[in-house]
Amino acid sequence: MTGRFRIGGARLMHIYTWVLIAWLVLPISVMILFGFNDPSGRYNQTWQGFTLKWYRDVFALEALTDALVMSLIIAVLTALIAGALGTGIGYALGRWQFRGAAGLNLLMFAAISSPELVMGSSLLSMFVSLGISPGPVTITIAHVMFSVSFVAIVVRARVVTLDRSLEEAAADLGASGWTTFWKVIFPILLPAIFSGVMLAFALSIDDFVITNFTGGTTETFPMWIWGATRVGLPPQVNVMGTMIFVAGVLIAVISNVRSRPKKRVAA
Amino acid sequence: MDRVKRTLAPYLLVLPGGLWLVVFFAVPMATMVSLSLQEGDVVNGFVFTGHWQNYVESLADYQTQLIRSLVYGAVTSFVLIVLAFPVAYWIAFYGGRRKATYLFLILLPFFVSFVLRTISWRMLLTDDGVLLHPLKEAGILPGDFQVLGSATAVIAGLVYSFLPFMVLPIYVALERIDPRVVEAARDLYASPVSSFTKVIFPLALPGVFAGVLMTFVPASSDYVNSELLGSSETTMIGQVIQSKFLSNSDYPSASALSFTLMAVLLVGIFVYARALGTEDVMKVAAR
Amino acid sequence: MFPTDKPSPSLLRGMTQSRLGRRDALRLGGLSAMGAFLAACGVEGKGKPQASVAPDAVAKFWAGKTQKGQLNFANWPLYMDPKLPELKKFTAKTGIKVKYDEVIQEMGPWFAKVQPQLSAGQSIGYDLMVITNSVQFGQFRDSGFLAPLDHSKLPNYAANAAKSYAASAYDPGNVFSIPYASGITGIAYDPSKIKDPVTSLADLWNPKYKGKVGMFRDLQELGNFGLLAAGLDPAKSDENAWKTAAAKLKEQKDAGIVRNYYDQGYVDALGKGEVWITQAWSGDIFQKNVSDGTNFKFVIPQEGGTIWTDNMAIPITAENPLDAITLMDFLYDLENATTLAEYINYVCPVPGAQAQMKKHAAAASGEDKDFLLSVADSPLVFPGDAEYKRLHYYVNFNTAEEKNDFERVFQPIVLG
Repeated sequence: MTGRFRIGGARLMHIYTWVLIAWLVLPISVMILFGFNDPSGRYNQTWQGFTLKWYRDVFALEALTDALVMSLIIAVLTALIAGALGTGIGYALGRWQFRGAAGLNLLMFAAISSPELVMGSSLLSMFVSLGISPGPVTITIAHVMFSVSFVAIVVRARVVTLDRSLEEAAADLGASGWTTFWKVIFPILLPAIFSGVMLAFALSIDDFVITNFTGGTTETFPMWIWGATRVGLPPQVNVMGTMIFVAGVLIAVISNVRSRPKKRVAA
Repeated sequence: MDRVKRTLAPYLLVLPGGLWLVVFFAVPMATMVSLSLQEGDVVNGFVFTGHWQNYVESLADYQTQLIRSLVYGAVTSFVLIVLAFPVAYWIAFYGGRRKATYLFLILLPFFVSFVLRTISWRMLLTDDGVLLHPLKEAGILPGDFQVLGSATAVIAGLVYSFLPFMVLPIYVALERIDPRVVEAARDLYASPVSSFTKVIFPLALPGVFAGVLMTFVPASSDYVNSELLGSSETTMIGQVIQSKFLSNSDYPSASALSFTLMAVLLVGIFVYARALGTEDVMKVAAR
Repeated sequence: MFPTDKPSPSLLRGMTQSRLGRRDALRLGGLSAMGAFLAACGVEGKGKPQASVAPDAVAKFWAGKTQKGQLNFANWPLYMDPKLPELKKFTAKTGIKVKYDEVIQEMGPWFAKVQPQLSAGQSIGYDLMVITNSVQFGQFRDSGFLAPLDHSKLPNYAANAAKSYAASAYDPGNVFSIPYASGITGIAYDPSKIKDPVTSLADLWNPKYKGKVGMFRDLQELGNFGLLAAGLDPAKSDENAWKTAAAKLKEQKDAGIVRNYYDQGYVDALGKGEVWITQAWSGDIFQKNVSDGTNFKFVIPQEGGTIWTDNMAIPITAENPLDAITLMDFLYDLENATTLAEYINYVCPVPGAQAQMKKHAAAASGEDKDFLLSVADSPLVFPGDAEYKRLHYYVNFNTAEEKNDFERVFQPIVLG
C-alpha cells in the first residue's frame, strides 16, 4: 500500500468519511441542541437562549409522558417475546438441518425485506376483517412479528460458530441434553441473545409506520411526535429523544467493550 | 425415545416463532389480497365479490405516484452507492483497529427515532430556518428560495434515512476480500483504477446488490420523508396507500395499491433472492 | 443496530448461501392458495337503517351508568386555552378529573383511526370527542358509534343554546351531539408578506404568490373552495360541478401556486413563512396571533366561505359517559360558554354569551376591555345575517356512492 496516489486517495477518503459522519450527526445535534432552547411561543424552531428547564420539566406534559411509557412497555414486551421466539428459531436453524428450514428462512427473509407499509397495512386488513380492535396488544403483536427474524439471525450467527466438541464433552461427563443446553450452551449464547433482545427493543421503540396502522388511538412516542408536528413540538420531545439516544449509545458502547476481548461474532 | 425427541427438537423450537410469522405476516398478506377484491363502504361493510376493477381504477388514478416512488427509490439507491462506497472502502481497508468505531458512528442515527430525525431535517431546511435564513439575509439566496417541497428534498431525506443500509453491506463484502487478492491485483494491473474496476468492485458487487435491496424497498415505499419534506408535487405511493387506509377508510382500493406495490417489489426481491441468495441481507439486517 | 464487533471470517466462510429453488416457489404458491380461503371473508359493516334510533335507545344506553370521577376528552388543537381554565373549574366543581388530549387533526384520519376499535365494540380511550359535521359525522352516526344523548341531563344546553342547532341536517333534534363551536373557513394571510388587500378567492389563485399558497387537504374543505371559486353553489352541486371545481383546483396546482395541502399543520406553515396565504379556520388565526404575537389576518372571501359545526359526542363504547355528558352541559353554562368563546374566537353556540362578554368588558379596563369588546362585536364569533348569507355548508351526500365519487374527483388533487 505504497505510492503517492493511494496515500492521497486514502486521506481524501478519510476526510470524506468524517464529512459523511458529520452529515449523519447533524440532525441529531439539532435535536439535542433544541432541548436546551428557550422558545417564547408554542414553536421551538429558532434559537432563543439557553435553558435547562425542559430537563427539569421533562415529564410535565402528561400525554407525552404517557406515550413514552406506552412505547417503553411495548418495547420491553416485544424484546422479551421476540427474544424468546427468535432464540428458538435461531438455535434450531444454527444447530440442525431439518425439513422446512429453507421455507422458514424464506419467510424470515420476506419479513425482513418487505416494506413496513405493506406489513402494517396487511395487519390492519386482517384486524378489520376479523373485527379485532387495534390497541397496545396488536402493536406488540406486530412488533414481535417484524423483530423476531432479526433476533433469530443474530442468535443463529453465534450458534453456527459453536464448538460442537463442547456438547460432546458435556455428554461424556454424563450431562443430559437439557442440562448441557442450560449449563453449557446457553451461557455462551447469552451475549448474542442479549444483542438480539436489545435489537428488538430498539426496533420496537423506533417504529412508526407499522404502529400507525395497528395502534388505533394508542399513542406511542413516535406517534405522539407525528401528531404534534402539526402544532409545534414541545422541547420535552427533544429532551426525551436525547435521553433515548444517550441511553442507547451507552448500552451499545458498554456491551461492545465487554464483548470485545472474546472477539464476538457480528451481531 | 431420545431419538424422537432429537428429531422433534428443532420443530418444537421453531414452532412458536414460525407460527407467529405465519399468522401475523403471511396470513395478513392473504387477507389484504382478499380485501383488495371486495366492494362496499366502511359503514355498510365490505363484501368479497372478486372486484378486480379496484386494481384497474386505483392504478389508473395513481400510476404517476407509483412510478414516481419507484424512480425516487432508484435514484436514492444510486446516490447511496456513490456516497457509501468510498466510506465502506475506507473503513474496510484503512479502518485498522477502529473499524468497529467507525461503523458505530455510521449507525448513530439509528439511536434517534426515525420520525424525530426527519423532523429535525424539516426544521433545518425550512424556508426561514437556521440554514436558509442567514443565507437569505446575506443576499446569497433569493428571498423566495426554498428547499422543502421539492423532489430534491425528499430524495435527500431518503438518502439520509437509509445511508447505513448501504454502507454496511458494501463494507461486509469488502471485508471478505482477502488482502492478498488485492495485492495480486495491484501487481497484475498497472493502474489503481483498473485494479479497482477489474477486481475490487466485482468482489464488492454482492454487497452493492444487498445494499440496493435494503434501500430501494424501504425508500420507494416510504411516506414519512415525502410527507414531512415534500409537497403535493412529490406525493409517493406510500402516502396514497396511507391516506386511503387511514383517512378515507377505503380499504379495498388501499389494499389493491398496497398489494400492487408489494407485488412490484416482490418481483425484485425474489429475483434477487434467486440470483444472490438471502444471506447477505440477513446478515447485515442483524447488525 | 447495536453494532458489536466485526464479523469473523470463519462465520463468513461458514455461511451457506441458500437459494430459492422450485420447492420454495411451490410453497409460495401454497401461500397464495390460502387467499382462496380468505375470499370467503369480508369486513362486517356496522351500518344500520336510518330509523334505528329506537325510542328506548336513550333509556337503554343510560340505564345503570354511574359517574366515575374521570373523563378522557379528545379535541382539536387550538380549541381551548392551553391552561384549560374551564376544565379546571369543572374539576373543582364536580370532582371529575379530565384528561384533555389534542388528538384530532382532521376528520378522515380520526374516523379511520377509531373505526376498527368502535366496530369491535372496544373503548377508544375517550369518553368525549369533538367531531365536525362532515362526511365522517354521518359515518359515525350511521355506524351506530354515537351514544344517544339524554337531554334530561343537559338543562344548560336547553336553556342557552341557539335554537337553530336543533334543526341541523346532520343531527336533527341533537339526538347524538351538541355543538362545541362553529367556525368559518376563509382565507388567512401574512400582511408583512402580502401587501395588496386580500378580498377574494381569486387571491388564492394569484400567480404572484406562487409556491406560497396553502390549501386544505380535507376533501370537503378543498372541494367547497373549488366550487365557490368556479362560481358554483356547494349545496346544489353534482358530479359535473365537482369536476369543474376539480379542474379549477388542478389549474391552481399545475401552475405551481399551491405549496401544499394541509391539515391542522397549516397554522405552523403560516407561522414559519412556508405559506403566505392559505385556506384557514377563523379562530385558529386569532389564537395564533394571541399566543405567538403574530399579526396574521383572516377574511371571509367575497365569493363566500364555508361554515361548519364541531360537535361534542360520546362514543358508544365510552367508559365514562355520565362524566362526559356532565361536562357537555357544564360548557353550556352561560359563563363557561362565554370564557371559552373569548379565548378560542370561534362561533359561539350560546347567543347569550354576547351580552355576558360585554359585561366582562365593562368590568375590565384598558387593553382587556378593548379586546373583549372586539370579540363581542366580532362577526366571526357572533355572525349576523350579512355573514350567514355568504357562508355555505359542506356538500351533502345522500349515498355512500356519491361520497366515493366526490372523493375520487378531488383526492387526486391532494395526492398529486
